[in-house]
Amino acid sequence: MATRHHSHGTHVDWVKANLFSSWGNAALTLLSLAAIAVLFWQALDWALLSAVLTGKDGSACVKPGAGACWPFITHKLGLFMYGRYPAPERWRIDLTYALALAGLVPLMIPRVPGKLWLSLYLLGAFPLIGFLLVRGGVPGLPYVPTELWGGLFLTLVVASVGITASFPIGILLALGRRSELPIVRWASIAFIEFVRGVPLVTVLFMSSVMLPLFLPPDVTFDKLLRALIGVALFSAAYLAEVIRGGLQAIPRGQYEAADALGLSYAQKMGFIVLPQAVKLVIPGIVNSFISLFKDTSLVLIIGLFDLLGIVQQSISADAKWFSPQTAATGYVFAGAVFWIFCFGMSRYSAFLERLLAGGDKR
Amino acid sequence: MADMRSRMQAVRSLDWLYDPKTRGLIFQVALVLALLILGYEIVTNTAENLKKQNLASGFGFLGKTASFDISQTLIEYRSTMSYGRAFFVGLLNTLLVSALGIVLATLLGFAIGLGRLSQNFIVARLSTAYVEVVRNVPLLLQLFVWYVGVLRAMPMPQQSLALGPAHIDVRGVHLPRAMLQGDVGWILVVALLCGLAWALVLARWARRRQIETGQTFPAAAAGLGLLTGLPLLALVLLGMPVGLDYPHLGRYNFEGGLTIEPEFLALLAGLTFYTAAFIAEIVRSGIEAVPRGQKEAAAALGLRPWQVQRLVVIPQAMRVIIPPLTNQYLNLTKNSSLAVAIGYPDLVSVFAGTVLNQTNQAVEVILITMGVYLAISLATALAMNWFNARMALVER
Repeated sequence: MATRHHSHGTHVDWVKANLFSSWGNAALTLLSLAAIAVLFWQALDWALLSAVLTGKDGSACVKPGAGACWPFITHKLGLFMYGRYPAPERWRIDLTYALALAGLVPLMIPRVPGKLWLSLYLLGAFPLIGFLLVRGGVPGLPYVPTELWGGLFLTLVVASVGITASFPIGILLALGRRSELPIVRWASIAFIEFVRGVPLVTVLFMSSVMLPLFLPPDVTFDKLLRALIGVALFSAAYLAEVIRGGLQAIPRGQYEAADALGLSYAQKMGFIVLPQAVKLVIPGIVNSFISLFKDTSLVLIIGLFDLLGIVQQSISADAKWFSPQTAATGYVFAGAVFWIFCFGMSRYSAFLERLLAGGDKR
Repeated sequence: MADMRSRMQAVRSLDWLYDPKTRGLIFQVALVLALLILGYEIVTNTAENLKKQNLASGFGFLGKTASFDISQTLIEYRSTMSYGRAFFVGLLNTLLVSALGIVLATLLGFAIGLGRLSQNFIVARLSTAYVEVVRNVPLLLQLFVWYVGVLRAMPMPQQSLALGPAHIDVRGVHLPRAMLQGDVGWILVVALLCGLAWALVLARWARRRQIETGQTFPAAAAGLGLLTGLPLLALVLLGMPVGLDYPHLGRYNFEGGLTIEPEFLALLAGLTFYTAAFIAEIVRSGIEAVPRGQKEAAAALGLRPWQVQRLVVIPQAMRVIIPPLTNQYLNLTKNSSLAVAIGYPDLVSVFAGTVLNQTNQAVEVILITMGVYLAISLATALAMNWFNARMALVER
């Protein structure tokens, strides 16, 4: 990669030096090019040239040599995006998305001022409004039970509620792990290492099967809420380790200066240490969110239908759309949606990392 | 004046309240109390709920008859055996797929990681594309693709694809199974152990000789030769008591031979390709972390490019690579629990799935399952700490 900068040579020189520097290298180049050509052609053929573009059910896609079965996606797009949320009420979800974006977009652009107010809006007012809007049960908005929530909407709900709820818990655990009080420290370490040592599937099983046993007999929990509790606790342990990294990176002088000013522990952490530490680890937090977003798909194991769950259910249980290419089409669609979100967030995280590194270089 | 003094005294009498030590103590006592109350609530609520639903508790169920079948077993298992036996079958299946996945993901991950650093522009770009596509799609989705999209899409047994002696169909891959005739297994094990011991002694000797005289000896190749050669020699001396049991098409299905289940293959493929993307990134950043001066100094000493890599770059890169690599190994092991979604009989699927449904003893079953993963994680963490202490940069 180092020789890619070719200020003196021509393009021919660059090709020679990079692609055909030796017989082995030339063979590798030709092999890779052939692989790319075959893959590209196959993908193009499957997705466009041989694909079925219109049809009312799976029978349109049952023909020899047919590629992707796109009508499966177009007919079920509403289901994949909103789950079984009643169609006339789906504007409520769209409005919630718009309200979220109104806070998120300016928050994500570093130049826009008022980050504190935006965060307060996103963490305080928005969840309340959004919850009332999508759940309903207030005058003018019919009640929509959480069993009907699904698709990409549910994926976004689980991931964003998970990360938001895990944030305060994660901060407390991180502070606890670095505390000088031995019982607090050991309790935090035990929780963090326990959760990080077991798979998310078992945590979800625990929250869906064991949690109801732990509660008084007359208290019952929504299935979605149980999953959210599991996801939030799981995510909190990982977030705690990310934030601990930030706490450790703050120079000791900052702690001592805060002590010297006579600040209490809460003031020292809240006004001096945490704002700096959290800012340092924003890329790590975004990366945690990406993992959580992907892990959300596991809720299908405890019977919730997120994007992957509802695509999988449509593939395996909907006889109307049975065709040889239904499964492949559904997975490609779900994969593309997940990929766009995760790749986009990872680019954003890399951008923030460069930005923060640039700030230090002055 | 007197008023002032009395106020000062009032404040001083509250001094202890402002002492960080006292506050810490109060806080910790409160935390312990809160945890105790929480624990008490959980225990009493659980007991009450169990009584109400007429559910048993305790670990007695482990000895009861399981009465369900498991599709892949490494140890002998029948449905008349106990839940405890089923637990070990599941545990061994988890360990099998994790161990194989770790080996394969490491090989693929190193290849792709080195590919990203390749001088060849196209190879580097292809490797980057692989990493960016694979690690940004949920593992569960990739498992479905392998299972439903690839392996379940294979032809029926009657139209199976033949690859030499192997047959691939919708029920898995059917291979010839090597059968030892007579009771000679222990001889092979002894031969293998002898080979291992010999290889270790040889490696020590070669190392000492190189330190003393500078002469090198291909200890790795010789060791590998001993490890494979001795058991082979034993086989030849015993007159090749090996028969091959070929799979043959029965009425509906392949019979005989060795069948690798599609669930196992799908899980192994999914775990390998997913984890390899993360390992590739670790390998790349580890090698990039070696200062350029090291490579230049090695080249200036007259080492050949492969010697620079083998003797200077990779040993230093490994110090950076191994801790996050271990993390990925743990992730792979934990991710193998996704087996439950495609029906591979791993620990979670057999124990936290079938056994839990049959016995309804959620608390015991989930605690045992979590305990197993926790034990694996903690054991790995301890090994890592030991390794880190050994590998740490020794500075003067």
